Order: sequence, then C-alpha cells, then structure tokens
Amino acid sequence: METTRLTQLHLFHSNHYNESVLVASPLPNISWAISGTECELQKPNMTENGLGNRVLNMDTMNPNVKRVEYAVRGPIVQRALQIEKELKEGVEKPFTEVIKANIGDAHAMGQKPITFLRQVVALCTYPDLLEDDKFPEDAKNRARRILQACGGGSIGAYSASPGIEIIRQDVAKYIEKRDGGIPSDPDSIYLSTGASDAIVTMLKLLTSGEGKNRTGVMISIPQYPLYSAALAELAAVQISYYLDEDKCWSLDVNELRRAVKAAREHCNPRALCIINPGNPTGQVQSRQCIEDVIRFAAEEHLFLMADEVYQDNVYAEGCQFHSFKKVLFEMGPEYSSVVELVSFHSTSKCFMGECGFRGGYMEVVNMDPEVKLQLTKLVSVRLCPPIPGQALLDLVVNPPQPDEPSYATFIKERTANLDILAEKAKMTEQVLNTVPGIHCNPVQGAMYTFPRLSLPEKAINAAKEKGQAPDMFYCMKLLEETGICLVPGSGFGQRDGTYHFRMTILPATEKLKVVLEKIREFHKRFTEEFS
Amino acid sequence: MSLLCLREICRKMRSIKQTELEPLVRRANQIRTEVTQGGRKPCKDVIDVSWGDKHRGGVQPLTFVRQVLAACLYPQLIHSYKLPGDVRQRVQSLLGACDGGSVGSYTPTGGISYIQCSVSNFISRRDGGVPSSPENIFMTSGSQRSIMQVLNMLADFHNQASLPTGVLTAVPTYSSFKMMLQRLGAAVVPYYLDEEQCWAMEVEELRRALQASKGVCNTVALYVINPGNPTGHVQSRKCIEKVIRFAAEERLFLMADEVYQESVFGEGSEFVSYKKVLSEMGPPLSHTVELASFHSASKGFMGECGLRGGYVELVNLDPAVMRYAYTLFSTDICAPVTGQLALELMANPPRPGDPSYPVYAQETQSIRAMLVHNMSWVPEFLNNIPGISCQPMMGGAFVFPRLYLPQAAIEKAKVVGMQPDLWYCKRLLEEAGVCVGPGCEYGQKEGTHHIRLCVMTPVETMEEVLKRLKNFHLHFLKEFS
Repeated sequence: METTRLTQLHLFHSNHYNESVLVASPLPNISWAISGTECELQKPNMTENGLGNRVLNMDTMNPNVKRVEYAVRGPIVQRALQIEKELKEGVEKPFTEVIKANIGDAHAMGQKPITFLRQVVALCTYPDLLEDDKFPEDAKNRARRILQACGGGSIGAYSASPGIEIIRQDVAKYIEKRDGGIPSDPDSIYLSTGASDAIVTMLKLLTSGEGKNRTGVMISIPQYPLYSAALAELAAVQISYYLDEDKCWSLDVNELRRAVKAAREHCNPRALCIINPGNPTGQVQSRQCIEDVIRFAAEEHLFLMADEVYQDNVYAEGCQFHSFKKVLFEMGPEYSSVVELVSFHSTSKCFMGECGFRGGYMEVVNMDPEVKLQLTKLVSVRLCPPIPGQALLDLVVNPPQPDEPSYATFIKERTANLDILAEKAKMTEQVLNTVPGIHCNPVQGAMYTFPRLSLPEKAINAAKEKGQAPDMFYCMKLLEETGICLVPGSGFGQRDGTYHFRMTILPATEKLKVVLEKIREFHKRFTEEFS
Repeated sequence: MSLLCLREICRKMRSIKQTELEPLVRRANQIRTEVTQGGRKPCKDVIDVSWGDKHRGGVQPLTFVRQVLAACLYPQLIHSYKLPGDVRQRVQSLLGACDGGSVGSYTPTGGISYIQCSVSNFISRRDGGVPSSPENIFMTSGSQRSIMQVLNMLADFHNQASLPTGVLTAVPTYSSFKMMLQRLGAAVVPYYLDEEQCWAMEVEELRRALQASKGVCNTVALYVINPGNPTGHVQSRKCIEKVIRFAAEERLFLMADEVYQESVFGEGSEFVSYKKVLSEMGPPLSHTVELASFHSASKGFMGECGLRGGYVELVNLDPAVMRYAYTLFSTDICAPVTGQLALELMANPPRPGDPSYPVYAQETQSIRAMLVHNMSWVPEFLNNIPGISCQPMMGGAFVFPRLYLPQAAIEKAKVVGMQPDLWYCKRLLEEAGVCVGPGCEYGQKEGTHHIRLCVMTPVETMEEVLKRLKNFHLHFLKEFS
C-alpha cells in the first residue's frame, strides 16, 4: 500500500505543478439525483428520500463527527434554552427562571470579576485610559508592559502562535514559584484558547496508527466529556478507568493496570489523562496517589496528561493540590528525566472564573525535541490565541504583590470568591445527603457535585420506553418541573446500573439553598410518582 | 529514549509543511531587537509587511470599538468616564445580553443570540434583503476555526482505507488553509488563478483540476477566497454565477472565504457575496447549493485580528447535519467573548446622527484613503521597477507581484538549498530591513517567483518599504547580471 502510494504520487507530480496531492486507490463515484423541492433560503428543507440529495448529508459527513457527544451542551441544555425563550415570551411555567447549573460558569451565576484583572485588560484595550488617574499605578504598569509586547502596541494584532513571549515567561515564573523552585522553560509553554484547545491539540499529536496499533488514551469514568468527544472525533480509542465512588472517587492504580492490560489487546495505549481536582467528581488526589500514577505511567510507557484547571479550587480539610510536575521532580531523576508530561491550566475556573476570555496554557515536560517541533508547527495552524485571554492569563500568573496598591483589594476579592465556593461545596454535600435516595461524596475541590441517585425500577423502565438514559429522564423532568438544568451522569460516564447528575455549586448562596430544596422536593415527588 | 518520538507521530502531522513565513518573522523580530540594542546593521529598523495585520503595521484601532470593549470589560467606566452616549448605550445592551452581565461568562455555542441577530441583520442588509437566519451563524475564534470545523464535517479524514478527501484550492492561496488540509489528511486539489487576467478564476481551469483529481481523491468541496489572498482579485458577479453553477453540477460543497469584503477599492470593482448571487439565481440552485461563507473582524476597517472574532454562515445544509454541526462547535464551548463583541461592532457601526459617528467616519475615511491610495499606487510603482511586474489590485489586503529573477540568482538559491523567492526575501530582510512573504509559501506556477506585501499599511510606511525594495532589487539585479 505504502509503495503504491508513493508511485502514484510520483506519477501525479507533473512538471506543471508544485502542489502535491495525496493518492489512494479509486472508489466508484456516487451518482447524484436532483430534487426540485421548493423551500425558503433560510429554512433548510427536509429531503423526501431517505438518502438526501445534499452533498453533505448523513452518509457523506465525517462518520467520526456522528460519534461526538458533548453532554455539557447536549439535548438537556438545548431544552433549557428553549424554555428560557418560552419564559421570555410569557409562557406560564411552574417557575420564573431557568437556573443553569449545568456548566462551570461562575460569572453566569453572579460571581463578580476581579477588579484588578478587568482594569488592566480595559487599559490594554483603550490605552487613552492610561491618562485617567482613577486607575492604580500597578494596573497601568502591567498594561504598558503587555502593550509593549503586542504588535503595533495593540491587542488587536496577531501574536506569535505559542503566545506573547513575556507572558510565556511570566507563566514559567508562576509555575516555578508554585512548584517550590523547580525550573520551568518558557519555550515549553504554549498559550491556548482555553485549556480545551491545548488538550485537543495534544490528543491530535498523540493519535496515530491503525487497527490494533491505533492510539489508546486512558481517561477516567466519570470524565469531562471534552475528552470522549475529542477521542471520538480523532477516532482514537478511549480506554476507560473507573474512579472509586465508595472511596470518595479516588483513583486506584490496580484499576489503571486492569484497564491498560485489557486495552493492549485491541489498541496501542499511549496516554493517560487525569483531571485533578476532578471534574465532575471534585476529588483532590493525594500526593501518594499522584506518585503511584507517575510510577504507573513510567512502567507502562504512557504520556501523562494532567488537567489541572481547578488547581486553586480546593476546599476540603486535609486536601491539598499537588501539581503533577512538582511530584514528578520530587521523585528524583529516575522518573523526572523520563516521564513525559503535559499539564493544562486555564483562566476559566479558580478564583477568577473568566470563561469568556478563553485563556489557558499547557506546559510540556520531557518532550522529545523533534516532537516538540511538530507541536509548534501544529499550534501555528490556528494562528494565535485571543490576546485579551493571553493578557488576562498574564495577570493571573503575575498578580499584585504585597507592596503594590491593588494588592489589598485583590486578595480580598480572591479570598472571598474561594471562601464562598468552599462554603457552597460543604452546604451542597450536607443538604443533598439529607435526601433519601441521594448520596453525595464530599466536594473536595473543583466546582461540581456528582451525587448518586437511587431511581425506582418503574422510573428506569419509563425512561427505557422513552429511549432515554434513566438519569436523563430524571433530569429532563427536573428541568420541566423546576427550571433547574443539570447534566445527567450518563453524559460523563458511570458504572453500569448507577445513575448520577452533575450540578455546579456556583449559584449564589441564597439561590443555591433554594435549588437544593427544590431538588429535595422533586426527588421525593419523583420517587413517589414511580413507586 | 522518549516515549513519544518522531516516527510515532502520524504521517499527517509530519506532512504539514512548515510555514516559511514564521522563521522569517522571527528573524525580523531578532534583527529588530539587535538594532534597538545598538548592534550595527545595514538597515536602521525592520518593517514587517508580511502579515495581514493592520495594527501591527501601524494603523490605529477605531475609537468607538475600543471604548465599547473597554467599558464592557470594566463596566465602572460607564459611570466614571466621559464616554459618548452611544457607547454607553451599546455597552449596556451588550452586557445585558451576557449571562450574569459579564463578558467573562461562556456564551451559547453559536454565540450570544443578540449578536447572532446583529450579524444576520448585517448579512441581510449587505445582500439587499436576502434573508439570513441567526441559527445558521456560528461565531468562532477567528474565521480559521470555523473553516476547520466545516472541513472536519466534510469527510472522514482518518479513514486510511478509502480515497482521500480533496478540496479544490486556488494557487496561490495563503498557507494556513493548506496546513489545515494537511493536518486533516485531506488533499489539496490545485486550480490555477490566471495571473495575466488579474488573477481571475476560470471555470475551465476548475473543470480541468477536478478532472485531474478523479481516481486520485474524492473531491467534495471548492474553496474560494473573495477578495483574494494573496492576489487582490475581486470576482465579478458573472464569475461567481459560473462558479456556483459549476459547484452545483459537480456536487461540490462551496466554501466562500469573504473576510476581505470590506476592502474593495479598485476602480470598477464591487464586492458581491456568494450568498447574494446564489439567492438571485433563484430555485433550484438557491435552495440546494450548500454554501459556507466566512467573515471576520480581523481584516476590515476594525482590523482586530488579536480578538479572534470570526463567523460562518451555513446555507442550505441538511438539517440533520446542522444538528451535528452544533455538537461539533459545542466542543469549543464558545468563541472568545471579546471577538463576539468585535463582530457586533462590525455589524453595527455608528450611524450618522450618533455621537460617535463623526470620529468613526473620520477614522474609517482615513483608512479608506490609505487603502485607495496604496491599491493604485503600489502596483504602479512596482510595475516601474525593472524585473518586477504587478497585476492591478482590486481589493483585499495584499499585492502579489512577480519577480523576474536572473538565472544566476536562481542557481545561487539552488546551491543554498532554498526556493529562489524565499532566498530573495531573506536577503531583502537582512539587507534592507523589509519583511515580505515569499511566493513559494502560497503556491505559484513552476518557474515563477513572487512576493506578497500587505497594503493595509500607512502610506509613509508603504513608501519607505517600496523605496527600500526598489533599491534592493536594483542592486540584486546588478549582482546577478
């Protein structure tokens, strides 16, 4: 096959062209039938025959796209948006608003932006404000420094594709400080459009091979469905490893071993993804666990992908965030010079919650230099991440220092945001655990709760009749009756026969209390209705 | 030995041709740093006209745009700072459309609905009333992202067993598009633009290219850039009709990249959108030809490349496919909000009577004057340099003049192991401090050489660039005569 390709490629490459064209064996052409159905330009019409007369139809569309699902924006969310529209139009409902507790979006739920961050980005956007004495000097200095590093002194210019140089340097310094002095190389840092962009880029880089040699990627069950969606789109093999619900969603290396052994029969396991603190589960891995995972990755020759976007969101007593990089280096050169690691961070979570800016980065550790060149080339295809997001990231990693004018306010706002989240995490766990039929593990970190539901047999059957996953059935009913939008556990993955939902802990405290009450009442009604 | 080594990266990745432009630009930045640090160089500074980036080139952002954005980012400005009334009103409308009143929230997948509506109204107005539906509009991080997602839907690029998917692509075309195809494992099916006819597109050439690809790949789409990049050609309505008919006959998905639509100033040139022409061709074509048209806040008067605001309008797509399109776009969650805001401001600029209008009109007028001047003067100047010829520029952002390099120079380039125009560009950078794009980056007929320069550049800078280019070129000719 390979030889044939090269031969045909050579034949095609005539003197006239300097563009090469990929070649393979020919397939018969599909014939085309014209349909004369009339329709409005803006309303695509349903075709009469099943096959469809469109060039791009269900048969010709990329089959991998059909396998992509993303529950966080899935059918339940679309129904929620529809209900919102109906409410606006004055349709009567048993509730007056839709509460979108489906997505980890703090600002949408009323969290206020951090003053300093917004001041600097505003100054960067409209530099005339640098003359305004209502802005503190430290904000102005940060803005001037960022603008100097932008093309033409404007945030409207493209940056280099890995991101603005001084910001990458600032990120490196932040990582060094966070990890107790372990060096970080700015050249190993790639700024990205949210962490999602970086995660998908790495998966693209890692995926290759065919058939039994196709790349397998280990990801937890339950997981943040970007991973499963990206793996489906890339036609990579998802290797699921189960977190232990009975042990507070902790990770057991034996389970990793089981999963990888089974996977080796049908694919080539290449990477291990771990989200810490966890999404949707909120567990914060212990240092011991992280060491075990690193050892396992080393033994099994797996590339470690550490999603650490919730690194500041740690609430439970006795829990602490340990970065994979720090632990790796503290394990000594036997591991630190060998294990290949990429870690991801973002401006969307933690104390700032600036999801809409799409700011983030990844740091690669111990990557083969030639592979790194390929990665650099790969990121250049998407031009550059948004400059406001890069600027915001710079402020997150380079916040006001104790001797600076904005420090006091900054610390006050930061602490308040994290403290409130901690209170809400505790409250959520406590309230949900008083509901018979709902069991909630402690929310150790992140922004979600993933409680387990006991659903009556009748309800499960009713769901099956409707062709819905039982927890989707439950969540849809909850939405229709209370306006609360959650995401069913089936969207994240769970053990067969178990049911969950993911709810964010982000609504304002008073509202959250109401939400939790409504869920309690709903669950009671639901259980009675289907008993 | 690393776990992940080069031979394990899939062939597709490795086959992505490294852009020649980034190393040039990096070198330009290096020289700039050396010059500011006092290192002696033949040139006193570096002028980079290789990017389609107004602000980088020295054009100022629009005041209205930056005032609205700043106040959206830091709403305290609405009360404390003297902002014009229309700015404050716009900020309040926009923040009212954001969840939690913050630009830091995620937005719905296709974008903030208020803005989807603004954009669809803009499209409708532009197209003389042709209806546009907000649900068919997806805002993304730059138009590049939506182009990538549309390509993603078009075929199974990962299936090694079947014929590779092909996309008809102009020669020349900007390199990121080709890199996207290569990354997906798709084939570039090249069709040549006619340099002698002002880089026009000929349907006969499309037919030839498609025919040549039969049996080699499964060509499913036709990608057109209008106004052209790097060519500066603006398609006539007649040409667009022919292209649409061709796409319909040959069952091709039409991708119309129209990001330079605001930049049409050549005499007798007029931008008309593919959608408008399609609609005016009436049924059955107007209801069946599948079209994705792309636009962006990066290239027009605003020039806000760094904000990453782009969109695609999907026309006549199968509703079942649209549902999957929605899921696919959802995995990015949403476009950067500042980019979405930029699109709204592009769709809805200040109008006569608005407090911000006088300044807005003056700023856009001065950008227009710059472009009108450059578009006629630059090709003329280049044509007067021996050994350089340049087609008239009708629109877009770039000129793509042809270099007639002496044989001796071509030989020398071969010895150095570089494409002749790349080698020319490197020398131009080192000796004259001017950074332009080499023709080999974009594609060209074998044996021809070109360079690409951005004309969305202040007049004085453009004059300096051309002066240096002329001097350099004359010396170059002498050296190799």
